[in-house]
Amino acid sequence: MLEVRNLHACINGKEILKGVDLTIKDGEIHALMGTNGAGKSTLSNVIVGHPSYEVTAGSITFNGQNLLEMKPEERAHAGIFLSFQQPVEIPGVSMVNFMRAAVNARHKALGEEQMKSTDFLKLMREKRKFVEIDNKLINRSVNEGFSGGEKKRNEIFQMAMLEPKFCILDETDSGLDVDALRIVAEGFNKLRTKETSAMVITHYQRLLDYIRPDVVHVLLDGRIVKTGGAELAQEIENRGFDWIKEEVTE
Amino acid sequence: MSESNEFVRKVAEEKYKFGFTTDIHTEIIDKGLNEDVIRTISSKKGEPEWLLEFRLEAYRYWLTQKQPEWGHLKMPDIDYQAISYYADPTKKKKDSGSKEIDPELMKTFDKLGIPLEERLALSGTAVDAVMDSVSVKTTFKERLAEKNIIFCSISEAVREYPELVRAYLGSVVPYRDNYFAALNSAVFSDGSFVYIPKNTRCPMELSTYFRINARNTGQFERTLIVCDEGSYVSYLEGCTAPMRDENQLHAAIVEIVVMDNAEVKYSTVQNWYPGDADGKGGVLNLVTKRGHLRGVNSKLSWTQVETGSAITWKYPSCILTGDNSQAEFYSVAVTNNYQQADTGTKMIHIGKNTRSTIISKGISAGRSQNSYRGLVKVGANADGARNYSSCDSLLLGSLCGAHTFPYMDVHNNTATVEHEATTSKISEEQLFYCNQRGISTEEAVGLIVNGYAKDVINKLPMEFAVEAQKLLSVSLEGTVG
Repeated sequence: MLEVRNLHACINGKEILKGVDLTIKDGEIHALMGTNGAGKSTLSNVIVGHPSYEVTAGSITFNGQNLLEMKPEERAHAGIFLSFQQPVEIPGVSMVNFMRAAVNARHKALGEEQMKSTDFLKLMREKRKFVEIDNKLINRSVNEGFSGGEKKRNEIFQMAMLEPKFCILDETDSGLDVDALRIVAEGFNKLRTKETSAMVITHYQRLLDYIRPDVVHVLLDGRIVKTGGAELAQEIENRGFDWIKEEVTE
Repeated sequence: MSESNEFVRKVAEEKYKFGFTTDIHTEIIDKGLNEDVIRTISSKKGEPEWLLEFRLEAYRYWLTQKQPEWGHLKMPDIDYQAISYYADPTKKKKDSGSKEIDPELMKTFDKLGIPLEERLALSGTAVDAVMDSVSVKTTFKERLAEKNIIFCSISEAVREYPELVRAYLGSVVPYRDNYFAALNSAVFSDGSFVYIPKNTRCPMELSTYFRINARNTGQFERTLIVCDEGSYVSYLEGCTAPMRDENQLHAAIVEIVVMDNAEVKYSTVQNWYPGDADGKGGVLNLVTKRGHLRGVNSKLSWTQVETGSAITWKYPSCILTGDNSQAEFYSVAVTNNYQQADTGTKMIHIGKNTRSTIISKGISAGRSQNSYRGLVKVGANADGARNYSSCDSLLLGSLCGAHTFPYMDVHNNTATVEHEATTSKISEEQLFYCNQRGISTEEAVGLIVNGYAKDVINKLPMEFAVEAQKLLSVSLEGTVG
């Protein structure tokens, strides 16, 4: 369970999050919607521990652990995964070596044995199928020369490899055509277990047609101002955010 | 690939782990340099008259020269009279008449991972171990002798094969070549000699391990490799030194001669003590390495991974005389803290259809300065000569410097010369991406740097490649984050 309490955070001295409260229980999918600049990506970056953001007040706990005291890699080992909005390229580092380092680091942190090379490569082959990612991409450097859609698939592939407990999909649908969106979303659904929870950040209903949210939140100006069921996303798709803004100012 | 990350982490926890000293009785001659000192060195080694003359001529020439200043380096003043030019750790206090090697010496090389007992040695590698001015032991000599391959210290070669040494010594790097070459020619102590006879493929890797131990001494390594027609040899060189507050001088010459249809691969993993984090101490690595591709279809490749030394000044070069000869230079140079490197190569195309490739990767961190300096020269008769050069720099941090000084001198209009260069940085976003996947920053730097350098690392023989990978990570420990 992820619990965010009265979270305030800044970047470059500017306050972006102004008191966020959020509880995501195991197995739940929460959608986070909101206008550009409302703080959606800031919230996800703060949860995973991006060094550019400063938390000025509040708390984040994950299964009882205080995330704010943990390094980004420790949060990852605890089972938190971010599918980046804009995955970076790492020239020279092959996907195989990268994933191997990531999987080994997690095994080590959890006190588990390191995987044998053959087992690891077998795992890569299996997980590749979830997102129908081409073997050619796996043999290339991390995200280097990947199209926008390939990068997003690669994020979900990494999710498959690392089997996280809590996933953040930060605009995973942006830049994807209809077919790619379906493959990525279905891949994600296949990976879900009863315990897996997720926070899905999106501007559009179409992703939520595939990944059905249990709860929908609207984030405006650094605060969650409205929470509802799946129908709230549909309403936003039809009416936009202005009516919510009006509700808030009333 | 598989174990490298584990390696990286383990070794990243260590600092310069070769910095220990060996407490051993060492016969060191008095500091200072003059003709008497040169005569002393020569007589200690029981050298013939011609070699003493060679040394003296070189010394007299050196006296007329000035230390070069064109490198992009801040060189400390070297007091050539404050250095001892000969240190022999194999001399017992009182000559017991025993031929046994002091167990302390054996232990030292064991500790460095270079076991000198053949039964313990890495399979497939013969080693010549040199400490200070003297070769301690050369392994697998007998097995190599079955194929008439000569692999011994240069001192022994002078005694046993004087004609061969005389024919080639100074033929690739004459003592007049440069200031440090003249100094080396005057006072050189030990190094290796390799002769591969015609049509022989050397059955094992040959390697020399250089160790500086004694204080206030210089090491003046001299290596000579001759690969005769139709033959092949792969040669490796490794180097370490204790941590000391004062600079130590290492001025070496390596000469390689490659005949018709012969091939030599020369690999270096240079890990001399780089000085401390404030730039105090460290080895001054001032080296002239050159190969002469004399024969048609001859091949020579230099691969170097340079992580050590306070100052590196070295340009392993190739003279491509034989028609269709091919030369390669693959280099990774890492500088951190206050280290300075000015390194690169010269490719001199003389024969027809000669080809050369230069791949240089500089990695700078801390307050270090890292320069690539290279010359591609195509002579008037080198029809169809081709060169491809690629020089990349990777910066870690904002206080370090990367510089590229490519020179081209082309006198034949059928030649093709290409040069590419890039400069990049490891970004915070790349490191964070790795962190988010559970990879620590230290390990991420190792992963990225090794990925960056892999084109060069892959050229090294297996054991060296593993060694080089962990060295890269250790050298850059604590540079990011």
